[in-house]
Amino acid sequence: MTPSVRRWTFLVAAAALGGLLVWGMSGLPPFGDYHGVYGLLLNEVAVPERHATNVVAAVTFDYRGVDTMIEEFILFAAVIGVAVLLRNMRFEEEHEPEEQARGRRVPGTSNAVRVIGLTLLGPIVLYGLYVVAHGHLTPGGGFQGGVVLATGALLVYLSGEYVTLRRVRPQAFIDLAEATGAGSYVVVGLYGLVVAGSFLANFLPLGKIGTLPSAGTMPIINLAVGLEVAAGFTLLLSEFLDQTLVLDSTGRRT
Amino acid sequence: MKLVDYLPYLVAIWLLLIGLYGIVTSRNLIHAVTCLAVAQSSTYVLLLSIGYRRAATAPIFLDVPLGTRAVDPVVASLALTDVVVGSTVTALLLALAVQIHKRTRTLDPDQLRSRRD
Amino acid sequence: MAVLPALPVAVPLVVAAVMVGAGPLLRRRVADTLAVATAAAVVGIGAAELAQTLGGPVVTWFGGWTPRSGIALGVAFVVDPIGAGMVTFAGVLMVAALTFSWRYFETVGTLFHALMLVMLAAVVGFSSTGDLFNMFVFFELLSVAAFALAGYKIEDPGSLQGAMNFAVTNSAGAIMLLSGIGLLYARTGALNLAQIGTTLASTASDRVVTVALVLILVGFFVKAAVVPFHFWLADAYALAPTPVCVLFAGLLSELGVYAIARIYWTVFSGTFDPRTPGFRAALIAGATVTALLGGVMCVLQRHLARMLAYATVSHVGLTLFGIALLEPEGLAGATLYAAADGLVKAGLFVMVGIVAHRLGTLDELELRGRGRQIWWAAPLFVIGALGLAGAPPLGTFVGKALIEEGAKGGRYWTAALFTVVSALTAAAVLRVTARVFAGWGAGEPITGEVPAGGGVAPASGGQVAPSAGEAANGGGEVRSDTGAGHGDEAQERELRVARTKVGPSMVAPALLLLGGAVAIGLVPGLSDRTVVAAARFADRAGYAATVLGGAAAPAHAEAPTSGRLLEAAPWTATTVALAAAGAWLALFGSRIPRALRRTGARLAGPVVRALEALHSGNLGDSVTWLTIGSATFGIVLAAVLR
Repeated sequence: MTPSVRRWTFLVAAAALGGLLVWGMSGLPPFGDYHGVYGLLLNEVAVPERHATNVVAAVTFDYRGVDTMIEEFILFAAVIGVAVLLRNMRFEEEHEPEEQARGRRVPGTSNAVRVIGLTLLGPIVLYGLYVVAHGHLTPGGGFQGGVVLATGALLVYLSGEYVTLRRVRPQAFIDLAEATGAGSYVVVGLYGLVVAGSFLANFLPLGKIGTLPSAGTMPIINLAVGLEVAAGFTLLLSEFLDQTLVLDSTGRRT
Repeated sequence: MKLVDYLPYLVAIWLLLIGLYGIVTSRNLIHAVTCLAVAQSSTYVLLLSIGYRRAATAPIFLDVPLGTRAVDPVVASLALTDVVVGSTVTALLLALAVQIHKRTRTLDPDQLRSRRD
Repeated sequence: MAVLPALPVAVPLVVAAVMVGAGPLLRRRVADTLAVATAAAVVGIGAAELAQTLGGPVVTWFGGWTPRSGIALGVAFVVDPIGAGMVTFAGVLMVAALTFSWRYFETVGTLFHALMLVMLAAVVGFSSTGDLFNMFVFFELLSVAAFALAGYKIEDPGSLQGAMNFAVTNSAGAIMLLSGIGLLYARTGALNLAQIGTTLASTASDRVVTVALVLILVGFFVKAAVVPFHFWLADAYALAPTPVCVLFAGLLSELGVYAIARIYWTVFSGTFDPRTPGFRAALIAGATVTALLGGVMCVLQRHLARMLAYATVSHVGLTLFGIALLEPEGLAGATLYAAADGLVKAGLFVMVGIVAHRLGTLDELELRGRGRQIWWAAPLFVIGALGLAGAPPLGTFVGKALIEEGAKGGRYWTAALFTVVSALTAAAVLRVTARVFAGWGAGEPITGEVPAGGGVAPASGGQVAPSAGEAANGGGEVRSDTGAGHGDEAQERELRVARTKVGPSMVAPALLLLGGAVAIGLVPGLSDRTVVAAARFADRAGYAATVLGGAAAPAHAEAPTSGRLLEAAPWTATTVALAAAGAWLALFGSRIPRALRRTGARLAGPVVRALEALHSGNLGDSVTWLTIGSATFGIVLAAVLR
C-alpha cells in the first residue's frame, strides 16, 4: 500500500477497534473497585504461610515462581539473541578504542562528570545489592536490583571510562555469571522436585518474619535472578556499545 | 458511570492505538520499535488499573499490620513480568535494526523492500 | 505430585544455560551431541507422558500449591494426551532440526543450540500448562527465541527484515493477547484455565468476556498466521536457516491452533455454546479464507522455501477448519492432520534445504533439470506432495477424513475445500519436483501471460521481474516493482547458497520426518483413540473437576471411526488427480492454445498482481492488516455472541 492509503486504512480500522475496546472495557468494574478472589486471598495468607512481608515478591517467586523462571529465561534468550544478531561477520573486526578515537571527534567527558559518575558507582552497586537481598521484605527483588546493578556499568560508560571497562570486564566471566543465574533457578526447582515432591517447592526453613534469612528459598532465588539480570543487562549494554567499535575490512566504521 | 472511573482503561486503549499508529506510519525502524514499546505500555496500565483498590496501600506488610487494605499483588507480579518481557523484546528488535542498517544503509521501512517472488 | 511434566521444560533450560556458561570451552561436536541428546530425552519423556495420560490428565502443581476450595493459588501443568502428543512431536522435530544442522552450518557457535533448546522448552511448557498467564509467558519465550533464530542469517538483509516484521507483528499480537488475559482476570479474578472456565460458565456472558475472547483469539491468530494476520510469515519462514524453518513450519503455527482449541474448550465453552448461530460460521470463514489464499499464494511462488511457507499458511487454515467445527471429531481430525502435516512440511523443508545445499540456489527456474545429481531426493519430494494432498497411507489422509466426518451436514463443502486447497499445494510441490528433477517445463520466465484452465495457478515464471542475470523472455508483461538493482542483488544473494556435499546427517532427518508422517497413518486404531482424547479435551467440566478437585477423569465412550474414514477416499483420489493436472498445466502451459491463455491472463492477471502487491513484506502493512483483522473479527464476534 502507499503510505497515505495505509495511514487512512489504519485510521478507520483503529477507530473501529478502539470503539470495540471501549465498549468492552466499559463492562469492567470501575477503577479502584478490585474485588477478585485471588489477590485478596493471597494478601491474607502469604505472610503467615511464607514469612515474606513483600506479598508481590511472594507471588512472583513462590506462588507463581514458574512464571518468573521462564521470564528470567526470556531475558536470557534475548541476551543470547542480541549476541547472535550482533555477532561479527567474517569481514568485520573489532578495533581497540584507541585506534578508533584517532581522527574521530569524541567530545571528551568533563572532569566533573567523570568524578561524579565514578563516585556514584559505589553507592549504586551497594544499593543494587540491597534491593536484591531484601526483595522478600521490602519493595524490590531480583529484577529490580539486577537492573540497578547493570546501570553501574552504564554509569562507567557515561563517565567516559569505557576503555577501562572493556579491559576490566572479561566477557566470558559475565557470560558465566548470567548462565549461572539462569541455571541455578532451574536447579533450585529441580532440587525441590527431588526433595519435596514438586518442582520449585520451597524446601528451606522459613525463618522469622521480617528478617533477612526468611521465606525459605526466596532469597536464594532472588540472588540468582539478580545475578542473571545484572549480567544480562551488562551484556546487552556491551553488545550495543561494542557496535561503535566494529569496522569492516576497509577500515570503515559500519 | 463516571468518566473518572474508567479513565485508566481509556488511557490504555489510547496508548495501544497511538503506538500502533506510530508503527504503521513510521519512517524509521528505531522509531517503530519505540512505538511498539509504547503500545506495550498499554498493557501495564491496563493490568495495574484492574488491580487497584481505593484507599489501599501496597501489599507490603513489613511496617503496616497484616490485614491492612492492600491492592492486588498478582497484577503487580504480572506487570513486572510484562515489563521484563517488553524490554527484552525491544532490545532484540533494536539489535535487528542495527544490523539492518549495517547491511542496507537505511532504516526506512518503505525503502526496504523485502523480497517477494 | 507427578514428576514428569516439569522435566521436559527444566532439562532443556538447564542444558541451554550450561552451554552458554561453558561457551568457548565446548567444542562444536560436543555441543551438537548434547543438544540432540536433550531433544531425544524430551521425546522419551513425551512418550512416557502419552502413556500416562491415556487414563486421564496428569496434573502437577508447582511449588506444591494445591488449590483451596476451588481457588487455584499456584500454577499447574495439566498434561492430557493431546498435550503429551505435542511434547513428543516437538522433541521429534527438534531432533530432526538439530541433526540437520550438524552438517548444514559450517561453523556455528553454541548460542544457536542454546536458542533451539530454549525454544523446545517453551513449546513443551506451552503445551503442558493449565494456567493462562503461564501460557502467555511460554508464548513470549517461544517468540523471543524464534525472533532471534529467524534473523540468524545476519548477512542477508531480506532475512533480517523478515525477522523484524515477524517480531513486530507477533509482539503486537502478544499485546492483544495480554490485554485479553487482563480482561479475563478482571472479570473472573483467576488465572487458572479450569477456574476461569468454571467461573465463566456459571455467569452470563457479558461484553468484557466477548472482547477478551476476541483479543485472545487475535493474539493466537497472529501466531498461527490466519488471514489477515499472516503477512509476516512468508519472509520469516522462508529466509531463516533451514533447521529453523523445520521447526517453524512444523511447530509454531500448529501451536497457535492448539492454543485456540485449548482456550476455547477449557475457558469459553461454558459461556459461548458451540451451537451459537454464526459463531462457528465466523471461525470457519476465517479458516477457509486462510486455506484458499495460502494455496493460491503457494502456487505463485518460485522460491522453494517461500512456496512451502505459503503451504504452511494454507494447511494451518485447514487445521483451523477442523477446530472451527467446534466438535470432538473435528478436533481429533485437526490434531492428526496437524501432526502428520507438520511432519510432512518439516520433511519438505529439509529436502529443500538439501537442494539448496547441494545445488546452490532456491530458485525453481534456475534449478530446472539440475536435480539429476540428487535424483534420490525426487521420491521424497513426491511423498511430501502426496502428504500435502492427503493421500493414504500418510497420516494427513486420516486427519482429513476425520475432519470431513466431523463436518456432518456440511461434509461435501468441507471435502471440496480440502480437495481444492490440497490440490493447490500438492501441485506446487509436484511442479517443483518435475521441473527440478526431470527438467520438464520452461527454465526461463514465460512472458507474463498466464495459461488458462480450471483456476489452477499460472505458470511460475510470469510473475517476477527478471533478476539481474536472467534472460527476460521477449518482453511481454514485466511484473511491477521489485526495487531495482539493490533488491535484485539481495534477491540473488538469497537465492544463492554455498554448494557442498550432502551427508547422511542431512538425509536422515527427512527420512525420519516423512516416515513419521506415514507411520501416523498406519497406526491401527489411532483415529478412534484420538477421538476419545478429543472428547476429553472438549469436556470443560470434567477437566475442571480433575484439576481443581482432584477427581478422576470421567470415561468417554469409544466410537469406532475407521470404517467410515474410507468414505474420504474418492475425494482424495480427486485431489491427487487435480494436483497432477495442475502441475502438468503449470509446466506445459505453453502448449495450450494462445486464445485460451490470453483469456486466462486477462482474468487472473489483475488478481495475481493485486495479491502480490499486498504481500509486500512491509512492516506498516502487516500491522495495518492486523488492526483491520482485529476490528473486523471483533465486530463480527461481538454481533454474533450477544
